[in-house]
Amino acid sequence: MGTSVFYFVATFSVIFSLMVIFSKNPVHSVLYLILTFFTFTVHYILLNAQFLAVVNFIVYMGAIMVLFLFVLMLLNLNKDNEPLKSNMVKIVGVIAGCCLVVTLVGSLKATAISDPVVLKNPNLGLLKNLGKELFGPFMLPFELSSILLLTAMVGAVLLTKKEKA
Amino acid sequence: MEPLTSKKKVLEQKPLTLAERMYLPAIVKGLSVTISHIFKKEATIRYPEQEREFSTNFRGMHSLKRDEQGRERCTACGLCALSCPAEAITMIAAERKQEEKELYREEKYAAVYEINMLRCIFCGLCEEACPKEAIYLDGPIVPADYLRKDFIYGKDKLVEQPLNNNK
Amino acid sequence: MDIAFVIEKFILVTIIFAISLLIAMYSTYAERKVAAFLQDRLGPDRAGPFGMFQPLADGLKMFMKEEIIPTNANKWLFMVGPGLAMLTACIGTAVIPWGSDVQIGDRIVPLQVTDINVGILYIFGVVSLGVYGVMIGGWASNNKYSLLSAIRAASQNISYEIAMGLSIIALLLVTNTMSLKEIVEQQHGWQWNIIYQPLGFLIFIICAFAETNRAPFDLPECETELIGGYHTEYSSMKLGFYLFAEYINMFVSAAVMATLYFGGYNYPGMDWVLLNAGPLFGPLIGTVVFFVKIFAFIFFFMWVRWTIPRFRYDQLMHLGWKVLIPLAIANVIITGVVIAIIEKF
Repeated sequence: MGTSVFYFVATFSVIFSLMVIFSKNPVHSVLYLILTFFTFTVHYILLNAQFLAVVNFIVYMGAIMVLFLFVLMLLNLNKDNEPLKSNMVKIVGVIAGCCLVVTLVGSLKATAISDPVVLKNPNLGLLKNLGKELFGPFMLPFELSSILLLTAMVGAVLLTKKEKA
Repeated sequence: MEPLTSKKKVLEQKPLTLAERMYLPAIVKGLSVTISHIFKKEATIRYPEQEREFSTNFRGMHSLKRDEQGRERCTACGLCALSCPAEAITMIAAERKQEEKELYREEKYAAVYEINMLRCIFCGLCEEACPKEAIYLDGPIVPADYLRKDFIYGKDKLVEQPLNNNK
Repeated sequence: MDIAFVIEKFILVTIIFAISLLIAMYSTYAERKVAAFLQDRLGPDRAGPFGMFQPLADGLKMFMKEEIIPTNANKWLFMVGPGLAMLTACIGTAVIPWGSDVQIGDRIVPLQVTDINVGILYIFGVVSLGVYGVMIGGWASNNKYSLLSAIRAASQNISYEIAMGLSIIALLLVTNTMSLKEIVEQQHGWQWNIIYQPLGFLIFIICAFAETNRAPFDLPECETELIGGYHTEYSSMKLGFYLFAEYINMFVSAAVMATLYFGGYNYPGMDWVLLNAGPLFGPLIGTVVFFVKIFAFIFFFMWVRWTIPRFRYDQLMHLGWKVLIPLAIANVIITGVVIAIIEKF
């Protein structure tokens, strides 16, 4: 049953992520992205990682995407006032796209079907175990990443401050 | 600008104290004020069932009066219609027949007497103009209705009910 | 997963859904009555005895009204908005423990739909999703006022979520678990969390007011500035859904506050009652107590609404970012230090 649910949800993940790219209206794109994140949440639950699922739910769906939507709603989307790009930009874009395709094809060729990941401890995703892992062996990276986020925050505040002339 | 009078009062605005800036004591105070109102008597009067008492000189719906013997007092002189600033009153006069002596006091009476309640401003001038003391604005509030034609009150609604005490 | 289990959960979900809708319905009535009593009036008293059927009449009115979708609105999203608001309001009830386990025959039935071990975070996530209904509806209306209101709602929700999360963290330091069931069980009798976390509760309740868009933080529906706010363009039952969602949100947040800080279905002297009332009625008395707490909170919500004037928008942001967040952080630090000291000695 687990596998069939996985394939069911995975199909939706792929469909929604494609819709993110293909929808013309940026707001629709963001809404599809939210749905994609929701399917990810379901994946986490299937992997028995409840904490990660809920945090993905709160942080990505509940906070970050709200901010995305927030910004996009302020744009005037009814008019097609997107400035025409110069030929130079188009050529660069084509080259970049081709590079991406080549890389993707190459990496797809290189991959083999990997064995399904079997966790040694299936309850690793539960709250207590995750906390013990994070504050035990992974203490240093965890704290470093928090400092990184703090730095980013301070930087953002500094950017908004007006310079005193 | 130079002040014109010496009455100007300088208001002193002190910075808020910590307790005031916390805002919570003020909220609690406000909450206690509102909760105290739960126990106060409500000011509502449930209108159709209960009615507020009118003042003694309240002017409401008109009524056409009868005399002691139950005869209509109105003689259709038309002074009320003449005095009406809103031109709300119309009437058609008729001559009293011999057998109608019990119904009408004077020899001339109003066969039709209509007041348009949408035009009436309840000024009471008809009451003052009437020489026969036949019309008084002593009724209740004129009720609401759906159609304009229903606001034209005829004698059926205006004439006072006959007194039954002589029976 | 046997059939009996599925049926049991299905019945429980149906009952909880029905109760939350009923309470939301009568909250509209209670709101008008409370407002009236606080203002020396009577409130609705025409439909039925004491106006008890007023919500039914209002609901019927909502259904019968003409449905208007603005020409330039985004039709699909315009319809999704109210539905999403309603959905996010309703699913919060899933993890709230409504009572201790009831014994029917041989079967022990927990009065909780599901006890996930991250219950608090689930509620928190649902609350943070709640703003999408408002945002999508406001944007899809293609109306300046609706859009402004949607943006206000979003920024308000994000700002107050942070302080709310921090106040919950302090609570988690005390309880050591995220499962709502365990949190309630810990508060047996008189051991309510409000005793340990008064400041945290204060922050939480202020944030709850902001998250449910209730006065004094109802800036998204500020009539003086934004006409009707995000539901300016809505009519008929879509409008009804938005109004309804607000009351369900209020009910859920009242239930969460009662669960987290006021002991859920615990009350002093419950052991004696449980012993004497038997395995079926004992827990149900606890549930009744729980609902009394919820109603008290709902009354408090209304009481505040008819007392305090609306905040200005900059005051709202100032309170959220410069007052509540530092206070919440201080609360976390103090709680942590105190717990560390207690564990040391």
